[in-house]
Amino acid sequence: MLNKMDKDIYKKPLFKGNPITVLVLGICSSLAVTVQLKGALVMALSVTLVTAFSSLFISLLRNTIPNRVRIIVQLVVVALFVILIDQVLKAFSYDTSKMLSVYIGLIITNCIIMGRIEAFALGNKPWPSFVDGMFNGLGYGIILVIVATVRELLGSGTLLGFRIIPESWYVQNGGFYMNNGLMILPPMALILLGCVVWVHRTIDKDLQEK
Amino acid sequence: MNTNSNTYTIIYTTVLVVVVAAILAIVSSLLKPRQIANVELEQMKSIMLAANIGEVDGQPDKTAKYDELFNSHITSTYVLNEKGEKSDVATENFKESKAFKADLKSQFNAIKNGGELTLPVYEATLDNGEQVKIFPCYGAGLWGAIWGYLAVKADNKTIQGAIFAHASETPGLGGEIASPWFYNQFDTKVLESDGQFASVKIVKGGANGNPNGVDAISGASITSRSLQTAIAQWMDFYKAILTASVESIPAMGLIPVEEAAEAQEAENNESVNAQ
Repeated sequence: MLNKMDKDIYKKPLFKGNPITVLVLGICSSLAVTVQLKGALVMALSVTLVTAFSSLFISLLRNTIPNRVRIIVQLVVVALFVILIDQVLKAFSYDTSKMLSVYIGLIITNCIIMGRIEAFALGNKPWPSFVDGMFNGLGYGIILVIVATVRELLGSGTLLGFRIIPESWYVQNGGFYMNNGLMILPPMALILLGCVVWVHRTIDKDLQEK
Repeated sequence: MNTNSNTYTIIYTTVLVVVVAAILAIVSSLLKPRQIANVELEQMKSIMLAANIGEVDGQPDKTAKYDELFNSHITSTYVLNEKGEKSDVATENFKESKAFKADLKSQFNAIKNGGELTLPVYEATLDNGEQVKIFPCYGAGLWGAIWGYLAVKADNKTIQGAIFAHASETPGLGGEIASPWFYNQFDTKVLESDGQFASVKIVKGGANGNPNGVDAISGASITSRSLQTAIAQWMDFYKAILTASVESIPAMGLIPVEEAAEAQEAENNESVNAQ
């Protein structure tokens, strides 16, 4: 369904045009929800759904939206999906909803969503807009998962709540190992994110500023 | 069609908002029962974890059926008014009891502003047969509300356990009040200082030989202090049943029988006068 040029739509957001590491959008939530992998996964999924469906809807409505109020109209559509996700999480996954607390609601203000709608969905057909939204959400999700994996593994010794580092290694059980408390604090997320950007730019030299 | 005219813009936005509002209203009313059930389950879980019911090695048991545990361990619930008098005692169907339905936030406002109180109290029997009373507390933290439950053993002063939660304290700092390492410190602490009833102190180095002190969280002085204030404010009212029931057991030899009777008489007179 997508021609050759369209392949950029889903290739670019994942790597060369990654919303977090290249466009530097959505940093705030990527620092806040990456203490545990589970939270990061749910957040990534939520953002992907919201960007995909709000892009799709805005694209369907794009020729009818009055230009002067288009930002408000976009916000209403984005808010609709965010509130739906928040309500569903509260009903079916209360623990995750509690863990992510305000950050689900704050997806509304995630710059990636409004950015993609303004830059892409307003000027493109529904299907490419949907794909663009979805892959931008996934590009955001990849970074979230990378940061969360490192933080949960080194900060709590678990992944998705399952113990990876054996209890017997810990100092209090006569071992040699201690969790890195810095990992669970927000500043460490920023430092890790910096490391991801560094690795990303080392792999892809085109991204380096001259 | 001119999509930039005023009429079009007004009609367009109105229709959009009405449609969106309708969708949200429908979804919200469909999901409401489940959401309320989740909140109630969470409340039951907190009440029981405070008394260490449904815990494995000091951690919440992920497989426990908390509503079943709740009904089999809680023996009665009641509410206290501002004078410390019991009312609305429930011995079954606890989820519908006045204590369980009480809104802690409005109680907190009433405590601050001196209104009428209906402070909930839960009584439970542990698996080892011990009786505990579980008291909620609620207060203002650094960024938002903090609340929790404190379980006290049958001697009315030894803490069986505690659990706390928060709305928006800083993760890793104030948010640590909800971590086991912090609330497990409360176990076996005593609500007593120099033989007098005293609430828990949350201070730097508080655990150092202080029977009613626990260690504050470093980097979260304000949250620690707020929690201490919250517990103290609520304990001030719960004190009435905690100290009264000790005095009314003369067999424990705390007070000579005569004095206890006198105290009881004085109390009766007072309550008559108050009426």
